[in-house]
Amino acid sequence: MSVAVRVILPGVLREFADGATELAVDLPPESCLVRDVLDAATSDRPLLGARVRDETGALRRHVNVFVDGRDVRFGEGQETPVAPGAVVHILPSVSGG
Amino acid sequence: MTQTVVGIGTRKGLWLARSEDRRTWSIEGPQLLMREVPSLAFDTREGRQRLLVGMRSEHWGPTVMASDDLGQTWDETPEGAIRFPEDTGAALARVWQLVPDPHDAEVVWAGSEPQALWRSADRGRTFEMVRGLWDHPHREQWGEGAGGGAIHTILPDPQSADSMLVAMSTGGVYRSQDAGRSWTASNKGIKASFFPDPWPEFGQCVHKVARDPQTPARLYAQNHHGVYRSDDNGETWTSIADGLPTDFGFTVQTHPHEADTVWLVPVKADGERIPPGATLQVQRSTDAGATWQTMTTGLPHPSYTCVLRDAACVDDQGGLYFGTRNGEVYVSTDNGESFTVVAQQLPDVLCVRAAVLP
Repeated sequence: MSVAVRVILPGVLREFADGATELAVDLPPESCLVRDVLDAATSDRPLLGARVRDETGALRRHVNVFVDGRDVRFGEGQETPVAPGAVVHILPSVSGG
Repeated sequence: MTQTVVGIGTRKGLWLARSEDRRTWSIEGPQLLMREVPSLAFDTREGRQRLLVGMRSEHWGPTVMASDDLGQTWDETPEGAIRFPEDTGAALARVWQLVPDPHDAEVVWAGSEPQALWRSADRGRTFEMVRGLWDHPHREQWGEGAGGGAIHTILPDPQSADSMLVAMSTGGVYRSQDAGRSWTASNKGIKASFFPDPWPEFGQCVHKVARDPQTPARLYAQNHHGVYRSDDNGETWTSIADGLPTDFGFTVQTHPHEADTVWLVPVKADGERIPPGATLQVQRSTDAGATWQTMTTGLPHPSYTCVLRDAACVDDQGGLYFGTRNGEVYVSTDNGESFTVVAQQLPDVLCVRAAVLP
């Protein structure tokens, strides 16, 4: 039994996922936190992974991750649980000038 | 016929300017649009035309990218060109400096924020952190200038592969004589006006250091208030600020062929980062800082812009270039007597490097 999660990518990151608009991730139910979802989505895509998290594993400051519409920064960060069938959005924040 | 290519790194991308006569320029770009380019280097060793860029996306982070066709295509190291080792707990914030090594054509040096020195043995594809400097007992006391805490100056010694100087804001000048294994603070004579004791061993905010190619043991430093010369490869420093309109500024450049010729772009003061007298100008000395001449021909007045530490360079033929925070790039081909425009209406210029190519 595994947990299926959809990871939706913003347009600017799709070139690092062979053009895919979303990635299907299957995880064992005992390891289904945002951190696990991101690990699974980026393990074979290091250029994608480096854009989402720095080398310490921290989410980049201006990258937002939503689980079913809720920003994980206002939850438990990468320790936020992800339920079966959840939709995880990775989006750039509104910043810059 | 040779051509001069000027790489212009800005807050929002990279532009290239090309010219066969350094009077008329064609501008290509933007490349890496919406990504900051605070460092770049042309690697022309062994006939290469390799362009290395330290770029940073506000959203997606920093890295080093390389192009072997002058920006037509770019390569990015999948595993990351620069990654802090896990035990450091640090993450790369910005690549401030990229310098091809004068002794080994495969080696490239990088300076980063947070303050670390990096060595690549594969032309800039991957870098290894220089542990000797990272493990320095002073590191915990190094601070941050307004732009962040970074190693922004790397000067390999052309006479010895074991000898190197770096400078950081803040922290000051450090030197190694054993190929980077150990480092010594080297700020004797450089003032730190922002400390209760203005003559500390380290902690100075040295903005940029340049080496005189004709007299490699002679160095010049533009400090956070203060302009200095060293005649002993950085061991000691002496003020050469007398005669300047101000001792503040960010960049310092030396002539590639004419000994004792040095250029500064003065800034009025720490708290007033505009040109002195609202006249964009270059200060030139042809006697190693004993006297200074004000060079303004072709430069705007009034001007309230600023020139950052890496937004200036020289080419192999003695051309002097600088870019401003309001997106203008100028060149002088007569040692600073006069300037003409290379590019205008760019985003704020962070770095400028020039190469003369076949």
